[in-house]
Amino acid sequence: MTNNYDILIVGGGHNGLICAAYLARAGKRVCVLEARGSFGGAAATEAITDKCRASTGAQFLYQLHPQIIADLALEKHGLRYARRNLPTTVLATDGKHLTINHDQLTGENVSAADQQAFSEFMDEMQAFAKIIGKLIDQPPMDIFDLDWDDKINSVKLGWALRFGLGKTRMRELLRIIGMTMFDLADEKFDNDLLKGALSFDSVLGTQFGARSSGNVLKYLFRHALSNKSEMDLPYGGMGSVVNAIEKSAAEAGVGLRSNAKVKSIDVENCRVVGVTLENGEKLIAGTVISNTDIRTTVLDLVGSRHFEADFVHATTNVRMRGVAAKLHLVLSEAPDFNGLDPELMKGRLLIAPSAEEVELAYNAVKYGELSERPLMEISIPSLCDDTVFDGDSDGDGDCHLLNATVQYAPYALKGGWNDENRAELIERCITQLERYSPDIRGKIQHVELLTPLDLEKRFGLKAGDWDHGEMALDQMLILRPVPGSSRYNLPLDGLHLCGASAHPGGGVMGAAGRNAARMILKGEAK
Amino acid sequence: MKKYDAIVIGAGHNGLTNAAFLAKAGLNVVVVEKNDYIGGASVSRNIHDDWTYSNCSYVCSLFRPEIYRNLELGKHGLQIINIGGGATLMENGDFLGSYEDHEVSRRELIRHSPRDADAYDRFSTDMAKWCRFIRPFLLRTPADPTSFRPRDIQELIYLGRKFYDLGQKDLHHFLRFFTASISDYLDQYFESDVLKASLAGSGIIGTGLGPMSPGTAYVLLHHYMGDMDGSVGSWGFARGGMGSIANALAGSLKEHGGEIRTGQGVEQIIVKNGKATGVALENGDEIHANIVVSNLDAKRTFLGIMDPKDAGEKVVKAAKNFKSRGSSGKVNIALNGAPRFDALPQGSDLVNGFIHVTDSIERMERAYDDWKAGTWSKDPYLDMLVPTYADPTMAPPGKHFMSVFVQYCPSKLTAAEHNGEDWTDKTVTAFGETVLNQISKYSTNFRDLVEHVEVRTPREIEAEIGLTDGNIFQGELTMDQLMFNRPFPGYAQYRGPVKGMYMCGSSTHPGGGVMAAPGANAAREILLDLKRPNTVPEDEGDD
Repeated sequence: MTNNYDILIVGGGHNGLICAAYLARAGKRVCVLEARGSFGGAAATEAITDKCRASTGAQFLYQLHPQIIADLALEKHGLRYARRNLPTTVLATDGKHLTINHDQLTGENVSAADQQAFSEFMDEMQAFAKIIGKLIDQPPMDIFDLDWDDKINSVKLGWALRFGLGKTRMRELLRIIGMTMFDLADEKFDNDLLKGALSFDSVLGTQFGARSSGNVLKYLFRHALSNKSEMDLPYGGMGSVVNAIEKSAAEAGVGLRSNAKVKSIDVENCRVVGVTLENGEKLIAGTVISNTDIRTTVLDLVGSRHFEADFVHATTNVRMRGVAAKLHLVLSEAPDFNGLDPELMKGRLLIAPSAEEVELAYNAVKYGELSERPLMEISIPSLCDDTVFDGDSDGDGDCHLLNATVQYAPYALKGGWNDENRAELIERCITQLERYSPDIRGKIQHVELLTPLDLEKRFGLKAGDWDHGEMALDQMLILRPVPGSSRYNLPLDGLHLCGASAHPGGGVMGAAGRNAARMILKGEAK
Repeated sequence: MKKYDAIVIGAGHNGLTNAAFLAKAGLNVVVVEKNDYIGGASVSRNIHDDWTYSNCSYVCSLFRPEIYRNLELGKHGLQIINIGGGATLMENGDFLGSYEDHEVSRRELIRHSPRDADAYDRFSTDMAKWCRFIRPFLLRTPADPTSFRPRDIQELIYLGRKFYDLGQKDLHHFLRFFTASISDYLDQYFESDVLKASLAGSGIIGTGLGPMSPGTAYVLLHHYMGDMDGSVGSWGFARGGMGSIANALAGSLKEHGGEIRTGQGVEQIIVKNGKATGVALENGDEIHANIVVSNLDAKRTFLGIMDPKDAGEKVVKAAKNFKSRGSSGKVNIALNGAPRFDALPQGSDLVNGFIHVTDSIERMERAYDDWKAGTWSKDPYLDMLVPTYADPTMAPPGKHFMSVFVQYCPSKLTAAEHNGEDWTDKTVTAFGETVLNQISKYSTNFRDLVEHVEVRTPREIEAEIGLTDGNIFQGELTMDQLMFNRPFPGYAQYRGPVKGMYMCGSSTHPGGGVMAAPGANAAREILLDLKRPNTVPEDEGDD
């Protein structure tokens, strides 16, 4: 086995693999080093019990860049969907749920005015998301350092903003971009469940409340790459998406090494020369791309002594604070959400009854406490994916898995995480579920809870933050991950970032990996 | 009936400033005011015996020095007294003092955290930089980013150049500052809770945001601008109370031939053939002029004194969506003697400055949670000032006036504990009690000295001054309501939806505070439309 490469990639999350695949296809000798036994980072399908396997990190696919799916021929390499274009149902305690299907609202309490306003809203959001999509697709532009591509891109962007959108919509975009979803939704709609859902989508994964300015931009980011804001459930869980990427990378000639934990990124004469693994093995390469977060990369793997104090200071100050937990419940039979149509149960379910409830749940996390009534994003993958269960645990063939992202549970819980508060969070989650599905407690056969601390330990997500740095306005675009390093290179020769720490941030999007690969290839072409 | 060149609706400081500049340019101007007195929120009133209350605004830190000089306000009796230092009182009986002498302040900071004492110098330098950067924009009209008119393009180029001149590092830093929450921003500098809290106060005053809400770092800057200038614009009291500012502006206006009519509320702006032609007064009279300027906030202007047909559907909708939530209360107190704050050393000069009650950002954020829930903060943030130490003219000899600014206090009580009942005299009193109790915790002799208390929730502020929902900035200073978005996109250049109609209140750029910049900027635009020579000064810098 060779230990000499053109490029080494530290961390085999989806961004690392995508970056590697693009580089290998451009003729580079690339090797991806993954600490765990399998690739994919937080996009993983893992055992929940000995008979049940499902997505333990991210669970929905809605942002993966269509260009990446095409370029890497992911469908040829096994990307399949258990179900596409999932409707979102916001649960109500009284059974009068609200279902959102693209720009259509269905439910008992939907007024004609809200329906009308929502169609217009989605139309507008789609137009805005297209602009944001352009931003996501390219490295952030630094007005102090513009190359020809940037100049062309900025003219294109300006054109799209002014003439693509038109004067009225451009003004509206410039108004809402720094706004709160609490206010925006309140301007437009009456329905509490709808406002709750929009707020939820604006805060998921971030220490934001419904009333935090900038969450509208986060909402737009969410929709920027998805076709008509629709979500899919991959067949075989998120791990299967990564498998397809992995296969495509392998086909392109990428060296893939799992169980290869990197101990340090090595520096000689002020430039990167390779990495050293935990087992002492040294690998040589003139370019090292880190798929881990910037803090781990700079402070742990390279070491702060190789950087200027200002940069280290900025890196130390990157806010990472995981606020979400994962809950996996194995149920003896399908749950009943106050008579929710079984067909809709195959979709995405939300517990976010109003913008006020979202804000109320958020209050706790500011002080390092658990939400009294946590918000949840739920899927029941076993309803449409036969790979979840390998035989039934009780033998009658109707077991189901409820997979939920739970917010808010702070990484920095006051007093630290222990068995007691873990049990407390599980209890709060189940009590919350009972409000919407009164008999659910009796159906629970197995509970798994991954706190932000567990997510850190399992997936290497620093501070449990799956965005590798909060997606707040002051940490986005040109300011991400730290000012001056937004173009996938760090201030050390040969060192780059390709993970969620870099623009455009977290989510199973792949844009960071793709952009990084393009920038590195461009840098060499100069 | 006499015909004027311009009518200004509302005799707040911006209305008076606007009128004064128009009059100075030779226009025949009248200001109509619904109250029997002028000043809007920049007012001094005799509420109790021989005490003068600055019962709304209480400091004039932000007042543009260029306007002060240009309108010769000194000649018209405005005298600013410098406020030095102040103290932040802590629950554990300790305090953090801020002194005029940099070295003394530094030693005091070292007592709390040596590391922060070093960081504070860096912080001050950075803040000074941002203030210098922002200041010239205060007296400029925001460019419309969607427009291709030469003037807008020129202004955008100016903006671009200013950004470029900052340099890469500072530009990035500034962008972070502009978008961050005050809590996150201060975390990058400091470790001491009390220092962070004492600085964060300026980030929340008057806004419906908590210190952890993104965008609050800018609000801090908005308040910080004051201590940048030389003697004129630094944190200061107006001698004789805030009404002195309005009186001096009125003096300048009258000197240039302007007229003020008090006790005359405006019923409606008269629009004929798409042009403003005057105003109809509540008393049935009409006044005519080709220029009508509203100093009222955007909601009151477009939803109150304009026919929706004249304003147009788009503007009416934008006005409805304009956010002007009330978040602050004010308690004005007449004291029979000097209050003694237990934490402060006997005879300390710190009492001359701002006295804050807060220890930590968390405490302030929890106060905000109460407001969000629809009730006043049970553990409120207080910004207290006893101007009578420096200006004995405001109270009888040996007695004092105390101004207490309270954050947070909602315009409507919607929390469950109020059982669906909005503000009543009883709840207003209860709110006042919360504040008095809070002060008593830090001053044992305070209760015995209280001679008279005036409690003002957003309800009272709205009723008296006409600020919608009692919002002291005539609309929140959030990112979506600043610069070219203030008050609404497409209407940020002081012109209303019909010809001849203008806005000059704090609802327009650069927003609230007793700054007088909106009034001056609006005057410049009006004179431009009239093709008259400009009388409004530009920012002159601080050199």
